[in-house]
Amino acid sequence: MAQTTDKKISANNHFAEEWVGRIYTTLCVLVLVTTIVAMVYFVASRGLSTFFKNDVNVLELLTGLKWSPEGQPPAFGALPFIFGSFSTSILAALLAAPLSFCAAVFMIEITPKFGRKYLQPVIELLAGIPSVVYGFIGLSVIVPFFRDVFPGQGVGIAAGALVLSIMILPTMTTVATDALASLPSGLKEGSYALGATRWQTIYRVVLPTTLPSLLTGVVLGLARAFGEALAVQMVIGNAPFIPRSLFESASTLTSAITLSMGNTVSGSAHNNALWSLALILMLMTFVFVFIVRWLEKRSKL
Amino acid sequence: MKKTVMLIMALVLTFTLAACGQSSNKGGNASTPPATNNAGNASTEPSGEPTPETKLEGSILATGSSALQPLVDQASKAFMDANSGVTIQVQGGGSGTGLTQVSEGQADIGNSDVYAEEKLDADKAAELVDHQVAVVAMAAVVNPKVNVDTLTKQQLIDIFTGKVTNWKELGGDDQKIVIVNRPASSGTRATFEKYALGTKTDDLQGSIQEDSSGTVRKIIGETPGAIGYLALSYLDDSIKTLAYDGVAANEENVANGTYPVWAYEHMYTKGEPNEVVKAFLDYMLTDEVQDGAVVELGYIPAKNMQVVRDIEGNITKK
Repeated sequence: MAQTTDKKISANNHFAEEWVGRIYTTLCVLVLVTTIVAMVYFVASRGLSTFFKNDVNVLELLTGLKWSPEGQPPAFGALPFIFGSFSTSILAALLAAPLSFCAAVFMIEITPKFGRKYLQPVIELLAGIPSVVYGFIGLSVIVPFFRDVFPGQGVGIAAGALVLSIMILPTMTTVATDALASLPSGLKEGSYALGATRWQTIYRVVLPTTLPSLLTGVVLGLARAFGEALAVQMVIGNAPFIPRSLFESASTLTSAITLSMGNTVSGSAHNNALWSLALILMLMTFVFVFIVRWLEKRSKL
Repeated sequence: MKKTVMLIMALVLTFTLAACGQSSNKGGNASTPPATNNAGNASTEPSGEPTPETKLEGSILATGSSALQPLVDQASKAFMDANSGVTIQVQGGGSGTGLTQVSEGQADIGNSDVYAEEKLDADKAAELVDHQVAVVAMAAVVNPKVNVDTLTKQQLIDIFTGKVTNWKELGGDDQKIVIVNRPASSGTRATFEKYALGTKTDDLQGSIQEDSSGTVRKIIGETPGAIGYLALSYLDDSIKTLAYDGVAANEENVANGTYPVWAYEHMYTKGEPNEVVKAFLDYMLTDEVQDGAVVELGYIPAKNMQVVRDIEGNITKK
């Protein structure tokens, strides 16, 4: 008799646990979803009022070359920022991708024990360094170096891309390492059994099979580079023009926003235009997320 | 249970870290004048504030201009020491943020480098009451290797509009001019353009733009042929200060009206301030602050000015 009541109580307990857990997790998801929807709504409503309230043409914003929101007459051409954002982040991804792939191959295929135990944590440490530190190092080391070696002022897309490439290195390396580590060992063993050397195995078997995952890492790094503001702002120069060389002052979407947001009054045309830039940034992030999802689908073995 | 505790701890840690990250970002970016230790100064300052008859209680939020922030911050600490019932929060964020927030009632005081009329719509600006607490002057500065000591107004206009691109055209060495400007929305730039150039300028291709005075000074100090402008409190040996039309940029010349590139620092309230806010604003104008923190941090006390300038720029002798 006593045993059955115990059982009942414990069954009730489990039932209650189940519901508490269910309600709690639902609440968490609700909070998350509301936050995201609210943010998208907020940015979109502010960003779109540039077009509806301030009568700026969408095409003018996307393709215009002159950015002078406080000028007479005001001009809202954001193409220099869009160009700057894409060129710095793509260049950064191109610089960082080969480095991170090779580092991952070294850690997983060449020195598996030492690599995973010591090298990976060290590389992941890079991810924890605040971006202002990267920016300051960029301004103190990279910019003077570029100024002395190349013609130009040192600031510009080249300096921005170099700083960003170091910043996104840990993201890319971590994703690439995980991808290589999760490769079924049968594939490699089969390749060795057929008489392939280690280099042939890596080059012909490992890299092609894990390519979609590696590209996921690249896109994630690209997204991070695209959204990074502070470090880039310190080294890129922030002139609202498409630069004539990699070593001439340029600007990105994020640097334009952080540079002026605090100085403008909310509701003014200039402020709304900055929100439009934020909207472009957000839409681009969505595109990156979709690319990652698409790549992940393809990477299922 | 243990897991819940762990979870909460992890959450707390995350938020603390996030907060740290933010404040460290601010530290790198905010334009705080160098060589001042706010906390130290505030505690060592003699609190000569007479005890008010009625004990003040309440909280004040002051937000806005990062150029004015260190002064308000330091004064607020001394004020809070003397009035234990009052809490004052001072935040940066830029003149635009300060004016917006005070106009919308989110902040009690909006700090600004520029007149509210220059940023806000006329009807909104009319609701705000101006309290001018200090004067900040700016000087054109160049890289120390630039072989020029003074520039006229016309020469500055030629440089900042891109008409002159080499120092040899101005009597210096054969060296390309690199302009280190502020963003178009910046209060510092507005002041410089209004009183030094007398005209608004467009951004030039290849010019560098930074918002933080510390970064501007660093870049000008390192880049050959660089020119920019800084508040007097930021001047040091790493850069060379130019005279304007032959008049040296110093406090004396600003006070007697011969050096024109200066602006008031404003603390705006919406309508007439309440008792607590008024007490704090009055405190800002006492000799203790005006001769103490204001001078220490490189501003010029408003009472030292022998001239008065209205919003249109008309100068009258006091």
